[in-house]
Amino acid sequence: MAIDTATVAKIARLARIRVPEADREALAGELSNILGWVEQLAEVDTDNVAPMTSAVETVMPKRSDEVTDGDRAGEVTANAPVKERHFFVVPKVVE
Amino acid sequence: MAGPRDLTLAAARDAIRSGGLSPTALTEAYIEAVEAARPLNVFITETPDKALEMAKASEDRLARGEGGALEGIPVGIKDLFCTDGVLSTAGSHILDGFVPTYESTVSANLFGAGAVLLGKCNLDEFAMGSSNMTSYYGPVENPWRASDAPDEKLVPGGSSGGSAAAVAAHAALGAAGTDTGGSIRQPAAFTGVVGVKPTYGRCSRWGVVAFASSLDQAGPLTRTVRDAAIMLGAMAGYDPKDSTSVDLPVPDYEAALGGDVRDLKIGVPKEYRLDGMPDEIEDLWQRGVAWLKEAGAQIVDIGLPHTKYALPAYYIVAPAEASSNLSRYDGVRFGLRVDGDTLQDMYENTRGEGFGAEVKRRVLIGAYVLSAGYYDAYYLKAQRVRTRIADDFRKAWEKVDAVLTPTAPSAAFAQGDKMEDPIAMYLNDIFTVPASLAGLPAISVPAGLSKRGLPLGLHVIGKPFDEETALHIGSVLEAAAGFDAKPTFLAR
Repeated sequence: MAIDTATVAKIARLARIRVPEADREALAGELSNILGWVEQLAEVDTDNVAPMTSAVETVMPKRSDEVTDGDRAGEVTANAPVKERHFFVVPKVVE
Repeated sequence: MAGPRDLTLAAARDAIRSGGLSPTALTEAYIEAVEAARPLNVFITETPDKALEMAKASEDRLARGEGGALEGIPVGIKDLFCTDGVLSTAGSHILDGFVPTYESTVSANLFGAGAVLLGKCNLDEFAMGSSNMTSYYGPVENPWRASDAPDEKLVPGGSSGGSAAAVAAHAALGAAGTDTGGSIRQPAAFTGVVGVKPTYGRCSRWGVVAFASSLDQAGPLTRTVRDAAIMLGAMAGYDPKDSTSVDLPVPDYEAALGGDVRDLKIGVPKEYRLDGMPDEIEDLWQRGVAWLKEAGAQIVDIGLPHTKYALPAYYIVAPAEASSNLSRYDGVRFGLRVDGDTLQDMYENTRGEGFGAEVKRRVLIGAYVLSAGYYDAYYLKAQRVRTRIADDFRKAWEKVDAVLTPTAPSAAFAQGDKMEDPIAMYLNDIFTVPASLAGLPAISVPAGLSKRGLPLGLHVIGKPFDEETALHIGSVLEAAAGFDAKPTFLAR
């Protein structure tokens, strides 16, 4: 599957990564190479094979539905690049 | 002259227990070594003051008759583990200035056992790489040099390159690494040290910066198999904070070492014999087979027919999970923020500037294979192939107790090599990725030198949660190989 510069722009947008126009062509080539290489997976017969969703055969542990943590707003916001009191600050999103 | 830095972790532990060596003296010696090793760029952050405080606390515990399995042992921790109050970068610009307010479970376990933190080890950015060339904090240099090119700087492998190089250069007694597709084992092989990736679920992932959550596992890098057994025992264990951590007792790994392998069947998979693989890798593999035969093991030819599809399946599954995990780096809650007029612009500017080239490639691949219309063709297909790879191993376990392969298809290469060709770089992990996809434990043991005088590793893959057999076989290979070569650079 060859990826063109328009597709690079589209997935860069989906991934929220700024990719300058000048870089798109090189990236399209690299991504096309990688996707071309993984296409050999089509050779594998996977009819009636379930997708692997867990690396070990184990039962997911459960715990009772209780609040066990909290009241840590100071710690949660400690590393925020911009904050006001215990709030994260972002550019304006509503007019 | 032999000094405290020439002791193995096991010998240092014994000397501390018997009172012949003080944690402070050992820590001071290693703080000097960390400084001496600065030209290799193995540490992103050095923590000498914290180390001395921790060593003092160790002495207090010992004076009270207490003391854990790693009491007073100075270690490095890959900078992918979050450490309370200590800068944690994941080797990325996007985590600029991030100082966690909590401790990862694995590092907490190590410190709880008495280990002393020397610093945070360099790594490929977000653990994505096999050369340690993608770190925002610069490449790590392998302490080994080739005999025919003594001026050429070599890579230590990756992504736990700083951890491996620190141990190889005697700038740490052991180091914690993480392994997603080979990131402990391949650098261990490149630097002549022991590396263990335990079974998925054996070590908690809580507090480890996530790369590919269904593959990431923590493990030790050390100078000997015994040292790895001791350190793994301290790192492992059930953690209610990680729902994929498994509630099984942690065995006494050290007790599994040595002895013979007379009752063991070892599989040798023909699919690991690659076209164009260097003779010296094949020769090393055959020597490993001969050593185990001499020790009494039965060697069994086996097939793992889907081996060649492991790497392409990995390069769908891992980037897909990475693109999801790395969505948290958005300039809002931690790390770098690059301003923009709108929230969207701020996200895109931050991530465009904060991620390096390899991370961007993988996040974009991940976003693509998960996007509408491609999910079934790529991601679901890869997950089905993953099932077939795991089935190959399940069938092998009906015939054998463990599998022996080389760790990597070559010795360490020069800094800058393979940078223009991502797929050539990915091929470094061709022998380590299948066990990762199947969630199996595996160990790399230094077993010989290449023609150019560089270390080469042998790789033993075990059954799920049977780290003991992998360590046992590793200890037999280690004794037979008698690997005692020293790197060109030792921290003195």
